[in-house]
Amino acid sequence: MTYLTKPKLHHPKLPQNELGFTRRDYEGAVSTLCAGCGHDSISGAIIQACFELSLPPHRVAKLSGIGCSSKTPTYFLGASHGFNSVHGRMPSVLTGANLANRELIYMGVSGDGDSASIGLGQFAHCIRRGVNMVYIVENNGVYGLTKGQFSATADKGSKSKKGVGNQDSPIDMVSMAVLLGATFVARSFSGDKEQLVPLIKAAIEHRGAAFIDCISPCVAFNNHPDSTKSYDYVRAHNEAVNYLDVIEGRDEITLDQAPGTVELVRQHDGSYLKLRKLAAGYDPTSKIAAMNYLQERHEAGEIVTGLLYLDREAEDMHDRLGTVPTPLNALGEAELCPGSAALAKVNASLR
Amino acid sequence: MPARLEATNDFVIKFANVNGSGSASANRLFARSFVRMGVPIASRNIFPSNIQGLPTWYEVRVTEAGHLGRRGGVDLMVAMNPQTWDKDVAEIEPGGYLFYDSTRVLPQSKFRPDINVVGMPLTAIVNERYSDPRQRQLFKNIIYVGALASLLGIEIAEVEKLVAEQFRGKDKLIPPNYEALHMGRDYAETHLEGAVGLKVRRADAVGDRIFLEGNDASGLGAVYGGATVCAWYPITPSTSLAEAFTKHCGRFRTDPDGKQRFAIIQAEDELASIGMVIGAAWNGARAFTATSGPGISLMQEFIGLAYFAEVPAVIFDVQRAGPSTGMPTRTQQCDILISAYASHGDTKHVLLFPEDPHECFEFAATAFDLADRLQTPVFVLLDLDIGMNEWLCEPLKWDDARRFDRGKVLTAAELEAGRDFGRYLDVDNDGIPYRTYPGAHPTRGSFFTRGTSRDRYARYTEEGPAYVDNMQRLLRKFETAKSLVPKPIRHDAENASRTGVIYFGSTAPAIREAMEALGSRGIDLDTLRVRAFPFSDDVIDFILSHDQVFVVEQNRDAQLKTLLINEGAIDPARLISVLHYDGTPITARFIIDEVSRRWALLHGAPRKEAAE
Repeated sequence: MTYLTKPKLHHPKLPQNELGFTRRDYEGAVSTLCAGCGHDSISGAIIQACFELSLPPHRVAKLSGIGCSSKTPTYFLGASHGFNSVHGRMPSVLTGANLANRELIYMGVSGDGDSASIGLGQFAHCIRRGVNMVYIVENNGVYGLTKGQFSATADKGSKSKKGVGNQDSPIDMVSMAVLLGATFVARSFSGDKEQLVPLIKAAIEHRGAAFIDCISPCVAFNNHPDSTKSYDYVRAHNEAVNYLDVIEGRDEITLDQAPGTVELVRQHDGSYLKLRKLAAGYDPTSKIAAMNYLQERHEAGEIVTGLLYLDREAEDMHDRLGTVPTPLNALGEAELCPGSAALAKVNASLR
Repeated sequence: MPARLEATNDFVIKFANVNGSGSASANRLFARSFVRMGVPIASRNIFPSNIQGLPTWYEVRVTEAGHLGRRGGVDLMVAMNPQTWDKDVAEIEPGGYLFYDSTRVLPQSKFRPDINVVGMPLTAIVNERYSDPRQRQLFKNIIYVGALASLLGIEIAEVEKLVAEQFRGKDKLIPPNYEALHMGRDYAETHLEGAVGLKVRRADAVGDRIFLEGNDASGLGAVYGGATVCAWYPITPSTSLAEAFTKHCGRFRTDPDGKQRFAIIQAEDELASIGMVIGAAWNGARAFTATSGPGISLMQEFIGLAYFAEVPAVIFDVQRAGPSTGMPTRTQQCDILISAYASHGDTKHVLLFPEDPHECFEFAATAFDLADRLQTPVFVLLDLDIGMNEWLCEPLKWDDARRFDRGKVLTAAELEAGRDFGRYLDVDNDGIPYRTYPGAHPTRGSFFTRGTSRDRYARYTEEGPAYVDNMQRLLRKFETAKSLVPKPIRHDAENASRTGVIYFGSTAPAIREAMEALGSRGIDLDTLRVRAFPFSDDVIDFILSHDQVFVVEQNRDAQLKTLLINEGAIDPARLISVLHYDGTPITARFIIDEVSRRWALLHGAPRKEAAE
């Protein structure tokens, strides 16, 4: 209920981060989603990740499309600018915003209807362009606001609440993201904060197109026994390949654990990701291996989660365009307008 | 013997070519040589939606009197395309001239008895001199330019200067082009002496005017107006606008280390283009897209978002003939209504109507000020005729004291000082609220932008009174826009007149020429060139101060007239439509005919007609 304001008072001993903010400073309005909705857990994970990273909230811009998932930016980071755009078109609005100011952190929140159906094209192209962003799809396989129609990520053979079977092949957003050139690709589950929060932190730190597909059960329309996106089903079939710790700072790090179970991945900017490996031999830096593994486990009916692909040499859209370091929205007349003397030369060349 | 048209500095030449044969640069060279001799020209490409092989025409009106509209009719046809021969020959005015490649003998039935035929064995000449097929093709074009220069009296030194300028930096191409030019000239001097009665004589009628395309001028105007983000999707006839912006940014906005003070994205479609523009403008950059009618159709939903959420956006629409794919390479003014009321729900948008490339430059820069000031989409409505043809126009002007008007944006300091911030609060009673850029201040000024209804503090609401309050403020804002957009330009007839003419955009030169002719026939008309929507009071006053007003436009459905009736509460009986919409640019001849016919119905025969 957005008309209910949250009380500003909080416990005086709430832990503070480096900026002196508490977790409460990263919250937004009270959620209007259904009680138990996976999306609220994801909002909680975003809040936790931003708190732990000590991000100044106003340096984050949060953008979304239309749908239940796209409502959630109201419920986290109340001190950030937000933009609830049109259905399926968040990626282009985010791309434009990023072009204007490369210094902010861009968080795009979308759903499976928003990104896999009406917005599949924009999803694909903003990934291709390497927009520096965190793109989270809150994936529940169903249209919630319009009351329970299948979305394009619903598995073939899974049934709706009314008992109708889905005949069409599902779109696997994670495989698509890898194929399209995302440089950070992960899948997680709204019910597994231990896995999700570090993934969001790592995605924020990553410079390039970071994509997280987060299975997020819809308690109202897709949490029944014949669903493959219910809490029970995901818990039973979740095959986590790894868990992540984000190591802040750029200092050289050495491992003390036994090799094979923990791996340090050094990124382009010198930072490290510490992977606790659950699937022996899974190499998240190999695109081909990631794609093979995803297809293989999908055939076996399992949902692979964790950090699935990371390009350590990632570049972003601004690197490719060669834009100046100063945000374009901070340039003024002196940098932008050539003036009358230059125009006189143009005129002379046109006679 | 057929009669011979005799004219100096006042005739029309048309080149019939095959697309992709390299004729465009030769024809342009030919056209510019008149300008160098101080004689104004109006040149137009008439081309198909095709890369190679289909017919293409280039028309040059030589006009010392400075009539820059299309005249209609052809005095000299340079027929280089066998495919279109019959149609091309048929188009020549009686007594006019046909210049053709006489290498292959044609039967008498392929000609007309009432025209003068000038044959030159072009293919035989090039085949003798060149062996490479591409060279044969390219130099054939230059050879006919040389021959025409001789026939018409163009100073060959001016053509040579233009050749040298064109190949500057590729100097080894200059001598062979000179050679071809001279081959053409020499042949014509020897064999075709006096064959054409059309002559050019050096004059001083060009002044300091420049010769450029509207799309090029618009792209440069966007640079001067401070645009840093361009997102676009290729579509004829707007593509060259985005390409011009790219070219000018490369020249004026590149740091010594190669870094760019701009970002250009060729998007996946028009929806993404306008989405990026809105995202960038929301975040404080000046952003635009360039498109044509089909793109405007696709952008509708986003345009409504920008209107309702109040995000600036500049949209260049280089109009082409619709509906649907229509005639992609033909001109029209047919996107007036779809632009004025773009998107579902109640919307109204600011439109600018430049008349030529000079005004394209000016309005392009102004559009960014207006979009920021009004926090709303602004359309610059060019058309193919202005956009893709080089026009002779006044030189571009810029005042170095001019500053970008970024509109009402609260700075970090103003927020720090504790100013009350409500994103949709009408503080100044002009309907324009204040906005903040994302990231401006650590604790103040953030708000949620949305396409859903909201209250004055940007909080979601479906309360009727809050919704109505917001919609009424948007109307007040549109009222404010009336005083900010370019004013109409009025020109009154020498004798007081009760009849007026309203026109806009690329129709301007044809109107000026038509008014001279109609005036000399005793049909006195006051004219008003509308330059923007919303219409200022001057537009409505002009209509109300005349008994009848002709509204001249290049579309079928009288779109500007509809807008005038709707927005100005005008009695439709006062307005008479003159509509030209076959895809070719409107001509003075057409306007003169249409207006005089209706004038006669309204007032009887004009007073001077009998004397003519």
